[in-house]
Amino acid sequence: MNSVNLCIAVMAGVTYLIRVLPLTLIRRPIQNRFIQSFLFYVPYVTLAVMTFPAIVEATQSPVAGALALAVGVALAYCGAGLFPVAVTCCAVVFAAELFLC
Amino acid sequence: MSIDKQSPGVYAGFDHGAAFRQGLRDGIPIGLGYFAVAFSLGIAARGAGLSAAQGFVASLLTSASAGEYAVFTSIAAQATVWEIAVITLIANARYLLMSCALSQRFAPEMPFHHRLLIGTAVTDEIFGITIARPGLIDPYYTYGAIVVSVLPWAAGTSLGIVMGNMLPVRAVSALSVALYGMFLAIIIPPARQNRVVAGLVVAGFALSLAASLLPALRDLSAGTRTILLTVALSGAAAALFPVRDDHQEA
Repeated sequence: MNSVNLCIAVMAGVTYLIRVLPLTLIRRPIQNRFIQSFLFYVPYVTLAVMTFPAIVEATQSPVAGALALAVGVALAYCGAGLFPVAVTCCAVVFAAELFLC
Repeated sequence: MSIDKQSPGVYAGFDHGAAFRQGLRDGIPIGLGYFAVAFSLGIAARGAGLSAAQGFVASLLTSASAGEYAVFTSIAAQATVWEIAVITLIANARYLLMSCALSQRFAPEMPFHHRLLIGTAVTDEIFGITIARPGLIDPYYTYGAIVVSVLPWAAGTSLGIVMGNMLPVRAVSALSVALYGMFLAIIIPPARQNRVVAGLVVAGFALSLAASLLPALRDLSAGTRTILLTVALSGAAAALFPVRDDHQEA
């Protein structure tokens, strides 16, 4: 219990520092091109790595997860927002597992 | 952007009440989306052993979908506090860039405590609607959006923890992909615009799958694999394909 509280505190503290340090300390844009580029790419790589294969392992049937991935990618590619893509992925899994499970 | 508007006195002319109400209005759809996604985050938090109160506080204080998700799965995998700190840093590094961009749009005479307060909730969406407004930032606009979106985020996390096991397995299975859907909606549109990002998404998928199967790597925690792959791929991309300055607000 205590270690969970400690983890929450560390998560909240590190996240706050990430957000507040640039707001308070850095008054000019980062000049170093490598760091700038690294930070630009980080979110996409992190989210890609966390999404697959986890999305296929999260569902009862791996096929349903794979279908949700395919539909989610297609919808996002067409420009759908966060909420529509998230809800549609859920609906795809629900519908697919009616047949698969 | 409107550098000519950055003359002293602009901040004093802001109508904070109107800005706050506009922020509330613009934040409502964000709050609805957060609530649904937070429910699935709560299911992950439940897996990590968090109580409803712990989940509420964690989401209220952190407001970071990918970061919280990574931390909850790491807690579930018995990660150390140092691993938690590093995975939080990696998963939330993008907020560093967003805060850099926001810091350029504050009025010089804006009281300092607003910087500390806005720093509590620079999320992808709140950053997006704040930076999309013309001219200098009225922090009260952002506060309106924060109030109406972060509370549903925290409440949704709690509800996911409480309701996670009351729902049929079928419903939990369906809801568990909501977060991944949101991640896809964040990474795919930029991948369409930028070939390097597209290559990184495909490489991220492929290497993540490989790392979960290869004997030496599959024994590492999922969080550690995420850190290693993120640093390696982003570092390689930054060295090979440095971005131009105009990308930094993306």
